[in-house]
Amino acid sequence: MTEELNIMVAGAAGQGMQTIGFILGKVFVRGGCEVFANQDNESRIRGGHNFFQIRVSQKPVRAPSMPLQVLITLNQEGIDKHRSEVESSGIIIFDAEKCKVPENDARLLGLPLERLAIEKGGNRLFENSVAVGATLAILGWDFQRLEDFLRAYFAAKADMIEGNVKAALAGYEFALEKAERHKGLRVRAKGSKPKMFISGHEAVAIGALAAGCQFMSAYPMSPSTSIMMYLAGKADDFDMVVEQAEDEIAAINMAIGASYGGIRSLTATSGGGFSLMVEAFGLAGVMETPLVVVEAQRPGPATGLPTRTEQADLLFVLHASQDEFPRVLLAPGTAKEAFYATIKAFDLAEKYQVPVVILTDQFLADSYFTESRFDLSKVHVNRHLLGEKEAGALEEYKRYQITKSGVSPRSIPSAFGLEVVADGHEHDEYGHITEDANIRKRMVDKRSRKMGGLAREIGHPRRMGDQKADLLLVGWGSTYGPMAEAIDILNGHGISVGGIHLSELWPFPGRQMAKILSGARKWAVVEANSTGQLARLIQMEIQKKPDGEILKYTGRPFKADEIVEGFRKEVVDR
Amino acid sequence: MTAAIQAFDNDFPVAWCPGCGNFPILNAVKQALVDVELRPHEVILVSGIGQAAKLPHYLRCNFFNGLHGRALPAATAIRIANTDLPVIVVGGDGDTYGEGGNHFLHAVRRNINITLITHNNQVFGLTRGQASPTTERGFVTRVQTHGVFLTPLNPLVVALAFEAPFVARGFAGHGKHLAGLIREGIIAEGFSLIDVLQPCVSFDHVHTFQWYNERVYDLNENGHDPHDLMTAIQKAREWGERIPLGIFYRNPEKLSFEKESPVLANGPLVKRRFDPSRVEKLIDSFL
Repeated sequence: MTEELNIMVAGAAGQGMQTIGFILGKVFVRGGCEVFANQDNESRIRGGHNFFQIRVSQKPVRAPSMPLQVLITLNQEGIDKHRSEVESSGIIIFDAEKCKVPENDARLLGLPLERLAIEKGGNRLFENSVAVGATLAILGWDFQRLEDFLRAYFAAKADMIEGNVKAALAGYEFALEKAERHKGLRVRAKGSKPKMFISGHEAVAIGALAAGCQFMSAYPMSPSTSIMMYLAGKADDFDMVVEQAEDEIAAINMAIGASYGGIRSLTATSGGGFSLMVEAFGLAGVMETPLVVVEAQRPGPATGLPTRTEQADLLFVLHASQDEFPRVLLAPGTAKEAFYATIKAFDLAEKYQVPVVILTDQFLADSYFTESRFDLSKVHVNRHLLGEKEAGALEEYKRYQITKSGVSPRSIPSAFGLEVVADGHEHDEYGHITEDANIRKRMVDKRSRKMGGLAREIGHPRRMGDQKADLLLVGWGSTYGPMAEAIDILNGHGISVGGIHLSELWPFPGRQMAKILSGARKWAVVEANSTGQLARLIQMEIQKKPDGEILKYTGRPFKADEIVEGFRKEVVDR
Repeated sequence: MTAAIQAFDNDFPVAWCPGCGNFPILNAVKQALVDVELRPHEVILVSGIGQAAKLPHYLRCNFFNGLHGRALPAATAIRIANTDLPVIVVGGDGDTYGEGGNHFLHAVRRNINITLITHNNQVFGLTRGQASPTTERGFVTRVQTHGVFLTPLNPLVVALAFEAPFVARGFAGHGKHLAGLIREGIIAEGFSLIDVLQPCVSFDHVHTFQWYNERVYDLNENGHDPHDLMTAIQKAREWGERIPLGIFYRNPEKLSFEKESPVLANGPLVKRRFDPSRVEKLIDSFL
């Protein structure tokens, strides 16, 4: 019996690693375990080498970990590439009839995956279920849990159910005979308290629906596309239109148009697409039209590494567009944060009539998290629009009325018999083009004043680990999980370390950050970029310089031990 | 209730050149709105940047004056948000066919129910006289110093290639006829293009009101059947001594984006009530 296992499902693109990994993850979560899963894919649809890695544990886990205890591989390359990453007491599950393996390796468990799928399930494609069945037998799980899940999972495709269940049972029974030998790998089910098993971008997508978003326009671009794909599948049930635009420029202009027209709207892209969107991002700023953009970061510049991860767009997004206007930057670190951040993004966008960017990345987007059920009881959709009474009391409607808060009365075209304008020039209070020097200045000031209100909306940075520690790790966005674990490891080694995680980056929470960092003896940033962009933002805003920078820009996510090692080198041993 | 044309007047000063072809187009837009019995708050004008794109500022209406070249995608989604309100896009030839050329192609394909009026004067006015995508060969400017030698873009042929269900050409010098075309364009289901020949009094001394007056004729009074796509394409290629005006093509059978979309078929999105219970069910699906 073990507390925790690392399982990798490896193979070529198109072989179904994602399906195996997802089913295992769901069965574990339904069995009361905590699961974190991440995906490592090449930019191709078939072939190549991909893997889906699952960490199953009795305690919360939010980061990938090594070494492996279980390797499930669907081809020879999976064995060759990952055999050395499997512990000596681990297991390697593979197709004995298709792969050549060295003898005398006690970790090997060969099954006729494809043959069992055909003979017992009636379809070669069910070899995934054979592999899942075999794995759960080794890990000491009841077959019933798998069968229950498969029946629910394939409920919409009735012809798939029996074959998959039979194939899974064949794998399960085959492996059961060998299970005794690997009993150290058993991981306990803990009842079935229901938790969610959800990816970062699924959380963004359902956050958008929970916020009442009714329009999304986007141009497909990895790793952002999963949001559009998810929402397109739900659009008909949620009074929503999802439109694939001809390019990212059209996508963002559509999103702004829909928002002006009166509905909440979203666009999503990655850095390259956002580069194309930049002019219109500024349009939303000066037009004061609410807009939510998801920027799913990947390594760049230009095409970069399309299916991999990085956090190198922070300063770009912060400064995107010519001239100056208020904006909001959110960078959730987990699926749960992504859900609530998305709802908050829609609210702030309409409350302050500003563009809001949610910065995600491939690591957050495609990773699966185990989360308590999202709670909607505190979610209230308020459109912040001009009310009927207020409209009736108006002598004249000034869309860009100069106000103390900087927020002007916004209405929907035609509502209450009003003509509603939106303009991208500098304009007067009526929205008409102006070149008047005085009005120009007053309008810039009016828009800038919104930063005051926005600053009060930004949540405090999240403290992690030992609150009294005077050594700190500071990170943002998707590094939350690996950072949290690194802090636990360091504390376990007797080094008292705390952490700060920023999931709301702009307006920058300068006062709180200054206060926290003033109490630190030494601190280091953890960022997936090569220049320490958060470090530079902190310097710019509160003139504090980190003692160390733990940076990774290989396109791969941080592992906790890399942060531990970096912290020792950059801070502890320095 | 029919509004008088004065109901659309506002007192915002017009910044066009005296004698500009934009003035009669503005009047024709107002007249068409009166003719289809819309009041100022019942229509949305959408534009980009350029002399023509300033038009929405010069009448009372809801308007969205966005980026150069980007009026069509904005207008598309404005219409998706609220299918109760007519959406009219106005812009110049550089704005619509140059910077916004890709959007033009895809707006025609999308066939959402909006009306595009392009003030086509074959020249960039606001940046002082450079060639546009529709400029005729040989036209010399301070940038195209050897004369334009690129093939001019024929917007009518492009729209017809993607089978836009309403394709027409007007002339700024024939205001009443133009108002009629705009009216028909607004009423027509799906994407309507009205390309308007517009003399530029500042930068084009060839294509004057007189030049056009000597050449234009009304297709529809000369036996053209606007339901025949191939004839429409032939007529759209006619240019030179005789220049056809009128409705080149119409296809009332073609389903618009909003008729094709099952979500929009249930009425305007902006009027739907938000139901949080649907979200609760969705969250449960992740358990």
